[in-house]
Amino acid sequence: MKEDKLRTEFLRQVANIPGGESIKKCIQCGCCTGSCPVSYTMDITPREIIALFRAKDIESILSSRTIWICASCYACTVRCPQGVQVTDILYALKRLALEQKIFPKRFPVYSLSKSFIFLANRYGRSYEPGLIIAYFLRTNPFKLMGLIPLFLKLFFKGRIRLLPNRIKGTKAFSQILQEAEIMEMIVPIREA
Amino acid sequence: MEYTYYPGCSLEASGKSYDESLRFVFRTLGQKLVDLEDWNCCGATYYMSTKDTTSLVISARNLALAEKYGHDIVAPCSSCYTILYKTNHILKNNLIMKAKVDQALKKDNLQYNLHLKVRHPLEVLVNDVGIDSIVSKAKVSLSGVKIAEYYGCQIVRPDRGLDDKENPQMMDLLFAALGAENIDFPMKVRCCGGMLMTTYPDVALELNKKILESAYANGADLVLTTCPLCQVNLEAYQNKINKKYKTDFHLPVLFFTQALGLALGGKPKELGIQRCIIPFQLKENVQGEAR
Repeated sequence: MKEDKLRTEFLRQVANIPGGESIKKCIQCGCCTGSCPVSYTMDITPREIIALFRAKDIESILSSRTIWICASCYACTVRCPQGVQVTDILYALKRLALEQKIFPKRFPVYSLSKSFIFLANRYGRSYEPGLIIAYFLRTNPFKLMGLIPLFLKLFFKGRIRLLPNRIKGTKAFSQILQEAEIMEMIVPIREA
Repeated sequence: MEYTYYPGCSLEASGKSYDESLRFVFRTLGQKLVDLEDWNCCGATYYMSTKDTTSLVISARNLALAEKYGHDIVAPCSSCYTILYKTNHILKNNLIMKAKVDQALKKDNLQYNLHLKVRHPLEVLVNDVGIDSIVSKAKVSLSGVKIAEYYGCQIVRPDRGLDDKENPQMMDLLFAALGAENIDFPMKVRCCGGMLMTTYPDVALELNKKILESAYANGADLVLTTCPLCQVNLEAYQNKINKKYKTDFHLPVLFFTQALGLALGGKPKELGIQRCIIPFQLKENVQGEAR
């Protein structure tokens, strides 16, 4: 039951990716895994992700460390002989895992994304010191101490802004975001 | 030529010298950069990983603003470039998504009509200005400098059709023409890990170590990048890498525009070279030598 729901949702996400349908053409050659600079530290390799999708086990994929380790460098995508959009499929899986609140046990990426989005929504721009502080407060505040030397080095080189820059139209910007949230829920009906 | 300039958040802070040197280079080459008013964060990989429509909406706001200027938009940060490019590509190919994005942008009376071209300054310099024209304006030869041109992942991948995906040449040809020596650098498009430096530092340190190792072993004096995140990872974390792996790297990492600016006769200060943590100076015998 759960698998069916996840599958429908996943296929909807994939349909939004230009070239997303090429996932059907995967020949399980493993070129993606071989090209990936971080596959050595994944629990499920990119090739296995597609195999698990075919084996109807999306839940295992979503609870893997793999989708969060992907740095989206697109090495797999450009080398795939079948044109499978591996990186964008991993993005779709990240969105699905967040939406379904299926997280692996240790989960720094969610905290970083949340911190980033909080700041970007508020100011319309990213704010590096705020991002780092918010992230470590959510994960491990003690690690902030270790970052002080680097912070000072960058600060004295004039590479750190103490205050955030904000866009002029922050009010209109949040209206756009609210409307985007509503649009997010509108799902086109496609025939199976 | 005139371009609409989208600096991106990093170029206001940690990548400030990229902004300074880029403006210098464009000015010196007679190209006009017009700042995009009231641009917002492109959303980076964070939005792309959480909400699809919202990620496209916030990035499309910039496209809608830039379209009014009537020129190509130039985004120097590799991540901004990829996100804006990808948004443009998706909106041109997915009418349903386009309609959803339009509906959200309407809240601020904005509309995007799909007329914009998203470009990276490296490609603009090589294709629009041209290497010959750049060389004819160069004042300082870079001869004697051994360069590792690091492209990173986001500007040549996925299919941009700009350059080779595995062995891009734009920077190599440009700096060879300016007199520099390009070293063999098989890691030129290998990923630096990006934000993994914050989330999974052990993985990112390993990736950056491999890149630096390759540049170092092949005799580089200098690494050039096109991306503010690669620059921070490769330069600011070099110390940490040396400690962790007992290596002894001391490689300056500049933005390609800084090295190009030096060749065009820019003073180090105008190009933000004093902002480097690992200092770089052109060798005495090279400095001031006219071409």
